[in-house]
Amino acid sequence: MNALARVFEAAGLSTVVISMMPVFGERLGAPRTLGVEFPFGHPLGLPGDFALQTRVLEAALGLLARAAPPGPVVEHFAEPWPGDFDVWKKAWHPREPSPVIRWMREQATLRRP
Amino acid sequence: MRVDSYRWLPPSLKTYFADMTLSPYDGVPWTPLARPLGEMTVALVTTAGINVRDVEPPFDYARERREPLWGDPSFRTLPRDVRQGQIQAGHLHVNNDDLERDVNVAFPVHRMLELEAAGGIGRLAAWNYSFMGYQPDTAEWSRRYGPDVAGRMTADGVEAVVLTPV
Repeated sequence: MNALARVFEAAGLSTVVISMMPVFGERLGAPRTLGVEFPFGHPLGLPGDFALQTRVLEAALGLLARAAPPGPVVEHFAEPWPGDFDVWKKAWHPREPSPVIRWMREQATLRRP
Repeated sequence: MRVDSYRWLPPSLKTYFADMTLSPYDGVPWTPLARPLGEMTVALVTTAGINVRDVEPPFDYARERREPLWGDPSFRTLPRDVRQGQIQAGHLHVNNDDLERDVNVAFPVHRMLELEAAGGIGRLAAWNYSFMGYQPDTAEWSRRYGPDVAGRMTADGVEAVVLTPV
């Protein structure tokens, strides 16, 4: 996503990324990043929580309007995740491990003596 | 608060991401906002890996299953009037249940239309885009698909983009 932000920005578009991993906005040179401490798959918040989704979007648009160069500019959304941490640290994962995770596990098994 | 980028990861993945070696980038591109947001056309671009059912095909998840170190670098188009029931999700790295219930958790199209109606933005673009975020190599995004989408957005009068990775 940070790579796309850089391509769009270089093409004359103003961009803001709403990111669960804002440290990568910094490390990969995205112009503007709003960090949200939300579980993966949920940059705007919970399903059906329209008020929270709107607040995140307004924070991102506010950053877009306010940010001054040089980038990377990173801001942090002030609200914590409204769900239970122990539930959601598991709930965001896919039902079955992704192909690359499966592959990494197989490699680790093969390396075992 | 300061967001902890690794909070939701299991310890092994936390270490993997924190220790990841990244190529240094060459400057940070910067396009100043052309005009107040209330007068601008804004587009949404997500990496949720979604498509409009029966209009465009899903991302090539079958190939990713066969080649775990490859991720489909292409994109899909999402019209501003897309309905929840048209959304097809299949990203292999997150749970898609909430996206299938309320696409706005990652592609806030309906919230943007509300902001448009309230005057917070000038207009939501006619066309918005989805990529699929699992990209071990972003070269195709940078060389081919990113510039393609940038050109389409510019031709549509888009001046600002909100990007939402999953």
